[in-house]
Amino acid sequence: MLTLEQSHQETLQTEPAVLARAQQNRENVEQKTQQGYSEQTVWMLAVKMQRDRAAFCKLFDYYAPRLKGFVMRSGVSGAQAEEIVQDVMLTIWRKAGQFDPHRAQVSSWIYQVARNRQIDVLRRERRPMPEDLAEPDQATEDASQILALEQEAQRLRLALSRLKPRQREMVEKAYLGELSHAEIQEETGLPLGTIKSRIRLGLEKLRHELKELRSS
Amino acid sequence: MSEIRHHISEPLIAAYVAGNVAQPYALVIAAHVSMCEECRARMAAHEMAGGAVLEATDGHVISTDLRAQVLDALDHAAPNEAQAYQRSGIFPAPVMEALKGKPPKWKSLGFGVRQSILQSGDDGSVRLLYIPAGQEMPNHSHDGLELTLVLQGAFSDEDGRFGVGDVEVADDDVDHAPVAEAGEACICLAATGAPLKFRSWMPRLLQPLFRI
Ligand SMILES: [Zn+2]
Repeated sequence: MLTLEQSHQETLQTEPAVLARAQQNRENVEQKTQQGYSEQTVWMLAVKMQRDRAAFCKLFDYYAPRLKGFVMRSGVSGAQAEEIVQDVMLTIWRKAGQFDPHRAQVSSWIYQVARNRQIDVLRRERRPMPEDLAEPDQATEDASQILALEQEAQRLRLALSRLKPRQREMVEKAYLGELSHAEIQEETGLPLGTIKSRIRLGLEKLRHELKELRSS
Repeated sequence: MSEIRHHISEPLIAAYVAGNVAQPYALVIAAHVSMCEECRARMAAHEMAGGAVLEATDGHVISTDLRAQVLDALDHAAPNEAQAYQRSGIFPAPVMEALKGKPPKWKSLGFGVRQSILQSGDDGSVRLLYIPAGQEMPNHSHDGLELTLVLQGAFSDEDGRFGVGDVEVADDDVDHAPVAEAGEACICLAATGAPLKFRSWMPRLLQPLFRI
């Protein structure tokens, strides 16, 4: 499955260590997909943990066209949209360490990076961001939390696809940044409450782990 | 930290996530989220909704060079990042960033009340306010939304008690008269839409004395 992208990795493919690592990465990907992680999460984790270029290519091919379409919907020209896509995808590679599948989907993380970049470009100002959460050093993966979030994301996508056209348009406008807070409805028709609760559990667990790390 | 009871409203969080909130409000929201796990989780939920919209967007053909350019650039050194500020004392990281890492420059408003303006422009202003314990906040008018986040101490008004981490969301010209609680001085981060206009430079409680 990864053979196509491996041709993009021109670097020293023949070295046994590199081949062994590629094999290892492939096994990781298969194992995690079997666990029920979405492909996008698996690719992103491979980029984060193994700096896997083939996985990054997968992410690029999946997200870059969507990102371009998304950015262009706010009235940005094709050329400028591609500049934003380039910046966003490079940020994804460079800041992959910040991706935390217990609290975010790849798409929500990319959405966030894209909004920040667009604001930088359009308004020439950096928007204030919340304090980063301290991450435990040896972050242990909690598969049940990651899976539960994947399932919530699935429900969310389904709910979005089932909205009435008018309501869906309002939701899209809201997240494209075209509505003020006064124009945004309290009720979106999306199951955000359950998602919030799930992420809250993840945050509590993180806080707990940090406490244990500090006391040990 | 005592439990936070007053949060950012759902539409404001959504607008913040979508990047459609004026800079002064965005600072108060970012500061509150830094202190509030509930709102951090709500913010993440809205980011997921934004991600779902992104996923469902029809793709646009990407020019062939772009992919190669991005792959080429993976090995380049990342451009210098803006300095990351850390929380310091009662000030969460985004407030420290607005202060550029320095202590606030307080200006007296009289009667022990002080302010330190962090930003002021066409899209509104955001300031730190220092109200001595037991003192009433300066009476002021504002157009549109006012967000007030408590960083130290507490204040009370008709809408209830606001302690550390609580944020009061006052739409339009609510005539509220917040009073700082006895004990510790109250320090707030307050954002208003249009430039803040003080109706009087003295706290209202003291006004009758001066009308004689
Ligand atoms: Zn909150």
